[in-house]
Amino acid sequence: MEQIAADPAHRAYEAELDRRGAGRGGARLRPVADATTVRVRDGEMLVSDGPFAETKDFIGGLDIIECADLDEAIELAARHPYASSGCIEVRPVWE
Amino acid sequence: MIAPEEVRSAVDAAYRDEWGQVVATLIGLTGDWDLAEDCAQDAFAAALATWARDGVPARPGAWLTTTARHQATDRLRRDTTGAAKVRQLAVLKRDPIGPSAEEIPDERLRLIFTCCHPALPFPARVALTLRTLAGLSTGEIAKAFLTPEPTMAQRLVRAKRKIVEAGIPYRVPPAEQLPQRLTAVLAVLYLVFNEGYDDEDGRRALAAEGIHLARVLVRIMPTEPEARGVLALMLLLEARRASRTSDGVLVTLENQDRSQWDRALIAEGLATLDEALAMRRSGPYQVQAAIAACHATAPDAAATDWTQIAALYAELTRLAPSPVVDLNRAVAIAMADGISAGLALVDELAESGKLDGYYLLPATRADLLRRDSRLAEAATAYEEALKLAPTDAERRYLTARLSGL
Repeated sequence: MEQIAADPAHRAYEAELDRRGAGRGGARLRPVADATTVRVRDGEMLVSDGPFAETKDFIGGLDIIECADLDEAIELAARHPYASSGCIEVRPVWE
Repeated sequence: MIAPEEVRSAVDAAYRDEWGQVVATLIGLTGDWDLAEDCAQDAFAAALATWARDGVPARPGAWLTTTARHQATDRLRRDTTGAAKVRQLAVLKRDPIGPSAEEIPDERLRLIFTCCHPALPFPARVALTLRTLAGLSTGEIAKAFLTPEPTMAQRLVRAKRKIVEAGIPYRVPPAEQLPQRLTAVLAVLYLVFNEGYDDEDGRRALAAEGIHLARVLVRIMPTEPEARGVLALMLLLEARRASRTSDGVLVTLENQDRSQWDRALIAEGLATLDEALAMRRSGPYQVQAAIAACHATAPDAAATDWTQIAALYAELTRLAPSPVVDLNRAVAIAMADGISAGLALVDELAESGKLDGYYLLPATRADLLRRDSRLAEAATAYEEALKLAPTDAERRYLTARLSGL
């Protein structure tokens, strides 16, 4: 994380965002190996390791949430309305 | 001074019984899986020297845990990074005497649920359980799963990293999540057993390891019937192992020499199953154990209670639907109600396509056709099964069947 903060290219990019007042926040995701995918089917929660892999899938949106641990994140993901038709990928961010 | 071999066997016994508990306690104290393993290793090394001089302590597990904790404190003192300091405090602030073993829930419970968390890839759950709970070395696990050691080491490193980075909590899941999470634990234990059961020699140790882990689970979850269910199932299957192959050829249940079955394991399996059933909460492992018990208690193949077995498979389909269970149920129905009833179910399964490529589908069909004296059709089905059979023992069995038509 410190390396990225010190990287001139990243600094220049962030300076440009600031100059334009365009930045609205963001987060750097941890690698896909740290991802967990949550689905709800017939009322049952299905948790699997890794990101959702189907190439025809697309990301429909994102929420940034703060949780005590992965189990809380999974529980919240399972409550998302889309969990019962699509799936919710839980990805930790670098802090 | 005690004899070196006596110390060695005391340490070996403690390793078998206490390794998981020592590691689990240290992870709970430090939150650091690698540190926990290293300190446990140090404690067992120290036991070899100290027990030879002072004798084997009354409670080896408590001695090992205390020693491992001191190792952790020393290591963290030497480490000057901030994170280590925080953990050092956590270790030190605990009461060094600690409550007695009866008052605290078994630490291994937290460990096994974390190792088998569904956010970890399944092979990593298996490896992590064998490493941290059973105390197998990375090399031993790699050998058992026919995987190069660096690959297995990498799998363990990644799993431990994910636990930290993704924030997998080190705890027993709350009641509402427990049934689902227990299913994941049972699946890992049963896979460990099965990997060894299907092998003739090289990986036999895994079957023993699976039984050992199931015994641990029964001890730490005494009111959970499925823990006893999975143990009973393993014991009843293990009892038949010696008669499963003959000169490298698979021997079907029907033709096994029942005098070779291990009566002590059968008795223990039946008693364990009875304890589980007395809790009156059915589950897939108890039902499978009940099916194994039907076979184990039949004096000969002809006396098998197929009606009961068919009913149990119907129950299993309800609890844990799978096309493989349907196939087994078809066999039971063929034996209980007549070949044509069973064949109709097998054909239905074949048409569904759910078992395409699974050698036991044509093999089962072939067997039923043979029993129905439809020999030409049976031969075609055996040939089909031969193309799909995964092991030499199975191919040899099918070849023998085919030439015996």
